[in-house]
Amino acid sequence: MFDNLTDRLTQTLRGISGKARLSEENVSAALRDVRMALLEADVALPVVKDFISQVRSKALGTVVSSALNPGEAFVKIVHTELVKVMGEANDALDLNTTPPAIILMAGLQGAGKTTTVAKLARFLIEGRLGAKKKVAVVSADVYRPAAIDQLQTLAAEVGAHFIHSTPDEKPLDIGKRAVVEAKKVLADVLLVDTAGRLAIDAAMMAEIRDLQASLSPIETLFVVDAMTGQDAANTAKAFNDALVLTGVVLAKADGDARGGAALSVRAITGKPIKFLGMGEKTDALEPFHPDRLASRILGMGDMLSLIEEAQRKVDKRSAQKLARKIQHGQKFDLEDFREQLKQMSNMGGMTNMMDKIPGMSALPANAQSKIDDGMFKKMAVIIDSMTAHERHFPDLISGSRKQRIAKGSGTHIPDVNRLLKQHKQMQKMMKKMSKKGGMQKMLRTLQAARPAAGVRR
Amino acid sequence: MSEAEVKNDKGFWRRLKAGLGKTRSQLATGVGNLLLGEREISEDVLDDLETSLLLTDVGVSTTKEVMDALRLRVSRKELNNTAALHGALAKLLKELLAPLVRPFEIRKDRPFIIFFVGVNGVGKTTTIGKLARRLTAEGLSVLLAAGDTFRAAAVEQLKVWGERNEIPVIAQASGADSASVVFDAIKAAQARKVDVVLADTAGRLQDKTNLMEELKKIHRVVNRFDANAPHEVILVLDAGIGQNAISQAKAFIEAVDVSGFVLTKLDGSAKAGVIFAIAAELKKMGLTKPVYFIGVGERVEDLRPFDAGDFVDALLANE
Repeated sequence: MFDNLTDRLTQTLRGISGKARLSEENVSAALRDVRMALLEADVALPVVKDFISQVRSKALGTVVSSALNPGEAFVKIVHTELVKVMGEANDALDLNTTPPAIILMAGLQGAGKTTTVAKLARFLIEGRLGAKKKVAVVSADVYRPAAIDQLQTLAAEVGAHFIHSTPDEKPLDIGKRAVVEAKKVLADVLLVDTAGRLAIDAAMMAEIRDLQASLSPIETLFVVDAMTGQDAANTAKAFNDALVLTGVVLAKADGDARGGAALSVRAITGKPIKFLGMGEKTDALEPFHPDRLASRILGMGDMLSLIEEAQRKVDKRSAQKLARKIQHGQKFDLEDFREQLKQMSNMGGMTNMMDKIPGMSALPANAQSKIDDGMFKKMAVIIDSMTAHERHFPDLISGSRKQRIAKGSGTHIPDVNRLLKQHKQMQKMMKKMSKKGGMQKMLRTLQAARPAAGVRR
Repeated sequence: MSEAEVKNDKGFWRRLKAGLGKTRSQLATGVGNLLLGEREISEDVLDDLETSLLLTDVGVSTTKEVMDALRLRVSRKELNNTAALHGALAKLLKELLAPLVRPFEIRKDRPFIIFFVGVNGVGKTTTIGKLARRLTAEGLSVLLAAGDTFRAAAVEQLKVWGERNEIPVIAQASGADSASVVFDAIKAAQARKVDVVLADTAGRLQDKTNLMEELKKIHRVVNRFDANAPHEVILVLDAGIGQNAISQAKAFIEAVDVSGFVLTKLDGSAKAGVIFAIAAELKKMGLTKPVYFIGVGERVEDLRPFDAGDFVDALLANE
């Protein structure tokens, strides 16, 4: 999401690195670019002004140590300030109360509240926040047609207990009834979805204020669209004034929006951003880590999120099987390759992984866009069109076999050739890894690729 | 809707003004009353004006273009006081939006097929519901195609709008191929001699290549059926969205040749100044695409034809 901002800052900072020291002149030039980039990224103007002045004073006051060149020193300052604006560390959900812990959702129309409820339910049910939880959900959206049906469908999908409500009921009555039912079914957590509302609609704001007063939820989350413009700050402030917000969810953060809303909302309300919505599926919810996001903004990648995601999604058994196989010097055949492709798509595909890998933002945009998840699907289909024998012994695949495989998979012979070539390369790499010390060598190369400045942990 | 319908009818002009209230107060408080009086134009005045434009999501480059034009005229002494500056600004902004004004009309083709596209949560389904009511009131027969087969209960949501307007909704099960739903709908419209088909599609972020491909496929299917179809492709834009709206406009134009826009949620505190940036972008691309409607409230009647003059006046109005 922060790709464009990353490009911009990377360029600006590239300009400054190599200068002898941080002078008033070159800092100002970089800061003008930073200001422009932040505004184009929809960061609220007051936040931009504060941010720029903080960075300026830090940058000019800094004695550049001999260990860092001026560019690195500047990156570090910008990074530190970005982290500061977005909140120092990840604030987890607070569910420490007599069950059910009630979480109330609030936000504008179309921000993504209902989808976030489903994602959050799944997050808690799967035990991504400590122990696995029993989650109940209820919709107090009696206005939007079929909003309640939407939540019911999603609840069934993620395995949450759905508490029925109807458009004839008052939101307040729905809330009260839901608490009773959640207790009855021994739910650990009750998620309460609400109708989207405008911050300037006094009647609707009064409604949700009453709902909050009646439920006294331990968490009230404000859901904001990551694409929001300057209004993000105003709206967040209005909701924060009307309700006691405890946190923010940044929805639709997987788009190409520069996501300045994240910076604005945090700075204006003082409330932590707790989650990012990163896709349409119900598992696409990620805890918000300000330092990681700041790293991403500055083009340092987000390896930690990637590793966590890999741990969660990669099927451990099949991964271990493959590891054993390779250790024993066995061949990496097409069946294994097929398995690898499956694991990759489990992780949301290549495009999802792309912006988390350090250095990726340095790739030209057109090269990045060429990486297409459809490609991997095609490769899998080609392998599926082979016989088991062919998968184990790819060398057998002759011209006529290729023709059959291409036909069967709806591809062309060059596609089949490409796949076989890629498999050969993978095989070679695996062979290297299986040699003694091969893995360590590879990890060292990876380590070296990580930029040093500003990355803690 | 009951809640919204009880709200007193303020009339369109006041509703738009109230809707853009925040925008206007940004301009009014930021630049303050200086735009009202006939005072000297200082550098501070210009700076404040620039800030105000940025705060309404006009965007860095379009703001710069507007300010450069104004500064030039100030330096030439063509604008001598803040009142003149106010007038010049209004004129400039109206000129920017002028190419975006074209009334929406259902042309002769039958069935007249209209596609609704956009990112998630902008209000596509709601806009379809409101437009269906409007067209029905004009005496046209309308059919809805539930092409959003992805989002949970999107079909049900459209069905509610169908019931409210007493018009048929063609739908398949959730997860069905949306191209086939739209195809069915067109077939049904032909058989029933329906005038207009309003086709809903699932919301999609414009950088998701596979989802944009899916949209192109729906477009192709309809196009194969009638070379002129779809007769309109409407991109629904949320007034609250910032500079990303430009990227949305570009991507959807490229994918499915958007023919016009609807700007929703203008009754909130969002400013929709990004429409000026979109206008500038379209001009650069050599395209003219109208904003057909703006949404200024939750009621069916709150979907209004776009009027650039009213829009700018409401934006710059004096208290």
